[in-house]
Amino acid sequence: MAVIRDKMPAFQLFQPASTGEALGVLDQYGADAWVLAGGLDSWDWFKDRVKKPAAVVDLGGIESLRSIRSFGGTVEIGAMATLREVVRNPDVSSQFSLLVEATELAASPQIRNQGTIGGNIGQDTRCWYYRDGWSCYRAGGNICYADTPTAMNREHAILGASRCVAVNPSDTAPALVALDAEMVVENSGGQRVIPAQDFFIGPAIDIMRMTVLQPGDILTSIRIPSTWAGQRFYFEKSRDRAVWDFPLANVASAARITNGVIEDIRIVANGVAPYPVRFTAAEDAVRGEAVSDETAERAGEIAIRGVRPLAHNGYKVALLRNLVKRSVRGAEA
Amino acid sequence: MGDVEHIQTAEQQGVSRRSFIKGVIATGASVSASNYVLRGGHGVALAQAPGSVERLVTLTVNGQQRRVDVMPQETLATTLRYKLGLTGTKIGCDRAECGACTVLVDGVAHYSCSTLTHQVRGREVMTIEGLEGADGSLHPVQQAVVDLQGFQCAFCMSGFVMNMVELTNENPDATRAEAAQHLSGNLCRCVDYNRILNVAEKACELTRNGMRS
Repeated sequence: MAVIRDKMPAFQLFQPASTGEALGVLDQYGADAWVLAGGLDSWDWFKDRVKKPAAVVDLGGIESLRSIRSFGGTVEIGAMATLREVVRNPDVSSQFSLLVEATELAASPQIRNQGTIGGNIGQDTRCWYYRDGWSCYRAGGNICYADTPTAMNREHAILGASRCVAVNPSDTAPALVALDAEMVVENSGGQRVIPAQDFFIGPAIDIMRMTVLQPGDILTSIRIPSTWAGQRFYFEKSRDRAVWDFPLANVASAARITNGVIEDIRIVANGVAPYPVRFTAAEDAVRGEAVSDETAERAGEIAIRGVRPLAHNGYKVALLRNLVKRSVRGAEA
Repeated sequence: MGDVEHIQTAEQQGVSRRSFIKGVIATGASVSASNYVLRGGHGVALAQAPGSVERLVTLTVNGQQRRVDVMPQETLATTLRYKLGLTGTKIGCDRAECGACTVLVDGVAHYSCSTLTHQVRGREVMTIEGLEGADGSLHPVQQAVVDLQGFQCAFCMSGFVMNMVELTNENPDATRAEAAQHLSGNLCRCVDYNRILNVAEKACELTRNGMRS
């Protein structure tokens, strides 16, 4: 039967004015509720009739979720701040230009005008088998269509897969992991603060979710501590077209460098695994070393240890190695 | 013969046979619909849940207050084109992938195919129909399009024009490369980008020279 793919099917739309009110609606509808931020990741699901929520809760009317505040060196970004607002915020751009670089490379200008930072990090994977409504592992079935002998898996994972080989497509997520950010999550039971690295989960932990967010949870803000403020940053995104496209792979690094020696570093890549991967072994190998081609080379080689490419994504191994290498060497080199 | 007499009686009372039958059908339909509504529902309920949005809303479009009945799942592009008659806004891909539907919301370019109408309540929506001045004078972007014949088939034009209006408002000093970056969320399948960028530069120039923006 032909599936209608233009107009969205009916749903109840709630536009609460406060987080408390929103949590009330989420509790009432449970798994049938959908949290709406900018909406760019939501409409396709609805139009394709793959996700059919009974209630959509639009957070756009909650003013407190939009603000970007600074206190004691920490910058707290409301989850509903648009990507445009993040890029233009003076506190973010002066201290954490890594996040600005990553955000500017996401999607297209109009999408950045409307899409939110919370939506960008909470977005679902782009695996087309899953998004097309196939009953794969991630959709509750018992097969991964992207990992069969005839599968088209050029964009899929080379690391961290477990049955499902889909990747996390966010550009801002690896930057936030590299900056040791924390995610503030609220539900009707209270608030919890989760390190960015633990916020994103792979299929080995829960095959049906990309983040720790459960029905009833709202990501309210993202806190970036002063730890890496003003340090040396590197962000690079590789994609087919210069606009719109999700990353084939991206890399974010933050490094504290004194007299040419790497005192500490964070190296994180996305688009290569179901979650933003932090390469701690590569970080350990270059800590205390001078910034040089040899050091960078070693980091790249260590980063690709244990890769498991599929039929069509072998190129990602070399891509990841080179991105990690460049992220250690830095933009000036 | 009794039925005929009954109908004749009804006609004498001013009720035609046709409207009588229609009345019966409508009654049956409303009975079954109310049953459907009262049953409550999963995504397709017609009844409004407590706290959910009101369908009758007032929108500010091109400086005018427009009262309109909007479904919860309705996109701004649909409302503009099919309820407000503002067909200058085009629907291309309907998936935030082409830019033909670009309009300004509080001065910021948005894909109207990917914005719910309910998300713009209380905000200022500007479409291409709102660019012309009250005296009929053209906006600098419109003037630049006319001067340079900037588009071929022009299906993408209104989206490009609205995004250029944002450009001229925010950065009339934009270089060609900056204009290209700003307009990168719009596609032209005639691949007329060179002339479109000529238009953008001309529009910026007209704006810098003090033409209304």
